[in-house]
Amino acid sequence: MKFGVVIFPGSNCDHDAVYALSRNLSQEVVEIWHRSEDLCGVDVVFLPGGFSYGDYLRCGAIARFSPVMRSVKRFAASGRPVMGVCNGFQILLEAGLLPGALMRNRNLRFICKTVRLSVATIDSPFTNRCRPGSVLAAPIAHGEGCYFAGGDLLDRLESEDRVAFRYAGENPNGSARSIAGILNEGRNVLGMMPHPERACDPAMGSTDGLTVFQSLVAAAVPVL
Amino acid sequence: MIAEVSESAALEHGLTREEYARVSERLGRAPTLTELGIVSVMWSEHCSYKSSRRHLKKLPTRGERILVGPGENAGIVDIGGGWAAAFKIESHNHPSYIEPFQGAATGVGGILRDIFTMGARPVAVMDALRFGPLDAPRTGMRNRHILKGVVGGIAHYGNCFGVPTVGGECVFADSYSGNPLVNAFALGVFAKDSIFLGSAKGVGNPVIYVGAKTGRDGIQGASMASAEFDENSAAKRPNVQVGDPFLEKLLLEACLEAMATGAVLGIQDMGAAGLTCSTAEMGGRGGVGIEIDLKHVPQREKGMTPYEIMLSESQERMLLVAERGREREVFAAFEKWGLDAVEIGAVTDDGNLTVKNHGEVVALLENSLLTDDAPLYDRPYTTPLRAAPLDGPQVSAPAGGELRAALTKLLASPDLCSKRWIWEQYDYQVRTNTTAGPGGDAAVIRLKEAGISLAMSLDGNARYCSLDPRLGTKLLVAECCRNLAVVGAKPIGATNNLNFGNPEKPEIMAQIVESIEGMAEACAHFETPITGGNVSLYNETLGESIDPTPVMGVVGIVERVDPPPGAWFLKAGRKLILLGGLLPGGDDRVERRFGSGEYAKTVLGRTWGLPPALDLDYESAVQAAVREIVRAGLVESAHDLSAGGLAVALAECCFGPGKVGARLAVETGRPAHVALFHEAPSRVLAAAPADAAAAVLGIAQRHGIEAPVVGETIADELVVEINGSEAFRAPVAELYAAWDTALERMLEAS
Repeated sequence: MKFGVVIFPGSNCDHDAVYALSRNLSQEVVEIWHRSEDLCGVDVVFLPGGFSYGDYLRCGAIARFSPVMRSVKRFAASGRPVMGVCNGFQILLEAGLLPGALMRNRNLRFICKTVRLSVATIDSPFTNRCRPGSVLAAPIAHGEGCYFAGGDLLDRLESEDRVAFRYAGENPNGSARSIAGILNEGRNVLGMMPHPERACDPAMGSTDGLTVFQSLVAAAVPVL
Repeated sequence: MIAEVSESAALEHGLTREEYARVSERLGRAPTLTELGIVSVMWSEHCSYKSSRRHLKKLPTRGERILVGPGENAGIVDIGGGWAAAFKIESHNHPSYIEPFQGAATGVGGILRDIFTMGARPVAVMDALRFGPLDAPRTGMRNRHILKGVVGGIAHYGNCFGVPTVGGECVFADSYSGNPLVNAFALGVFAKDSIFLGSAKGVGNPVIYVGAKTGRDGIQGASMASAEFDENSAAKRPNVQVGDPFLEKLLLEACLEAMATGAVLGIQDMGAAGLTCSTAEMGGRGGVGIEIDLKHVPQREKGMTPYEIMLSESQERMLLVAERGREREVFAAFEKWGLDAVEIGAVTDDGNLTVKNHGEVVALLENSLLTDDAPLYDRPYTTPLRAAPLDGPQVSAPAGGELRAALTKLLASPDLCSKRWIWEQYDYQVRTNTTAGPGGDAAVIRLKEAGISLAMSLDGNARYCSLDPRLGTKLLVAECCRNLAVVGAKPIGATNNLNFGNPEKPEIMAQIVESIEGMAEACAHFETPITGGNVSLYNETLGESIDPTPVMGVVGIVERVDPPPGAWFLKAGRKLILLGGLLPGGDDRVERRFGSGEYAKTVLGRTWGLPPALDLDYESAVQAAVREIVRAGLVESAHDLSAGGLAVALAECCFGPGKVGARLAVETGRPAHVALFHEAPSRVLAAAPADAAAAVLGIAQRHGIEAPVVGETIADELVVEINGSEAFRAPVAELYAAWDTALERMLEAS
């Protein structure tokens, strides 16, 4: 399986994603420069964390205009999997591939810590290998990860089973309904604040993040 | 040549009459305003080390692993397997007082550039911070504001740049109320055959300016950092630079790509004294001249004068010399990342710094005048300033309940409480290498490519140094190395940040000299050569000097990539072994030495006496034993004993995820408070499974160190027994709560 990790100016979790996918998951990985519209025939697009364009204006607000995003939108529209983590999630929201917004953490500070995530649905290409209701340990590292949406949208996300992950126990950033990750209507686009790519190596204290990527591998079926 | 200036202008620039006479004599004329500006910053304490250079020469700087020593932008050590590490520490004290957020942010930015200008990718940052007391009646609110700003600034810069902030320290004392300390350490890793130096070479080669445009920010910053503060310091706020970590991230990637082309011959960041320092030093190191024309320098504002352009400390800029004919390769790397890269001049053969503005010469100075021939002072010194008496109060032995209250108070004290509020704001995990992060004795990062790990420890101890700068400095070097030993690392090199007051005062100069000599002895003993560092003097406000605060950063190697044991107990039923013994080093007036400890400061409210006694040979034996024990995987946890002594270290060992408790049982002829809280060095508390204890004790015996078994781990509770009878007990959860939330409570008092 071939993963494409998109690099924007200011991405800084790109190395971590490439390492986790290639070394811990043993899959093929290509780096895609943001100015390129060529996705190199990848099976999954991964938007990594960082501070694309310095997070100026709003997190992800400038990155969504990068040429690569035109291709990512077409890729997503074709039903293939796109995953954004942290700044990648923020970019997917700004690009309109996912609904809602991320606001500053409730305590107004950047927070880096390992949190517990409950898997809210296993009906997605990103979570099909998780046990229903299982809890994963994964780090967060963000200043603006407080998910916000209107009540109608939140109700709809829940009724359509599109909440992928919730913070279990403590809600670190004040996120609405403890939401840590959501899916699009087609269930092929995932945005999440916690970093599964940082939880793939025993040396980092948790390998729970591997389950997310193993789900993608398991979900891969030949596209006809 | 344009108009020359007078002596009074020179005095306003901080030069002395003698220094001005020296410049005029060398030039054979009075300097121009631009020349005066250039000379004044290059001869500032910050750039010239004119008060400390004579004494810095006493430090050991050579060793088989040292590839680049002091004098470059960062020191470089050989870490084996074809890999090298570049590291250095730098202060940004003065700017952080005036504008805490940007002052600290640009401090991080500056040290990161020092690392990647050598060709290394930064992989870790640590910070040593000193603030005034958060609850002081008059200054508390300002101190809280400074702390929040500094921590926010470090987080802002490091997090965005994408380098993990993996540890550090944060200590409080009155003397930092008017003069906080922000010392930032950074470490980078690269292949040892791709080292770049800040040296110009090849007459006719292009001199290229890259990165951010030049603005009016930070003009004369290096001179500001070399002066005391007074009531008007707030007016210096425009001297503080503003950082852009996003731009620095782009600059990092572009520089590394440009370097990889092979077309870059030398490169240096524009830090203190900006374009002035980078041109003079690159020319000086290369034994060549550099001629530039300021009309080519990218400028953020209109109408900047040559003086302003040369002295600007705008951030995120680099100067490089490329091979003539291959400029395009360099420009292409910067274009890819959307950065300015402009040829502003060329290398010459005359050994001069020649600055033109639209063809007109505005400054013409020999490089040597600015670098090697800068003033060098042998400042007079007497005996170190001593703020506290030698003898303290009679301390009667506290009862069990008082001991428990004292432990709780210490755990919740500003110096010893959890610094989680600070380090949770730092992304300490990015790059997925951090196998031991903030909150432990030493930080450890694995190097995936090299198959080893690097451990690093940052430490200062002004409580000790203000009582005896020589012994205090030896103790802090020993502690850094001991911190490395508990994670199984062997120290290989060090960097130092010397924070002191005004060197023109003989009793302050004496602190500097004594501290450097102590550092020299300890670094030679532990085989940790100094590879570079920073001297920050004139840390005074309204005539009040800071406590002498030398800070050390020591780097060591662990020959494995899996995580080291932590400081925390993992399970009940383990043997507690006190490697080094209860109070090594014999008696040696322990009552007097007890006065330098955290117990004296926090519980008794005063300090006196001398720092703890240190036997360097015994310390080395303890470290060797600990290293061997940890590397053999015989212990589940190991924790250095430092501030607060045995009782505080023991409590900290209980604060892991499992909140495992302990029963401590010690036999001693000393009063209980001395046994529990004295800060004797050369000690590590380890927990070993029963079947491994014999092997641990065997290794200790072989190294000739004491290693009493002092109890065992138990569930949920801390029980302390002295000479067979219980002194006190406390639930771990209660102690933990006091320790864990103290800083947050102090900060939210506002």
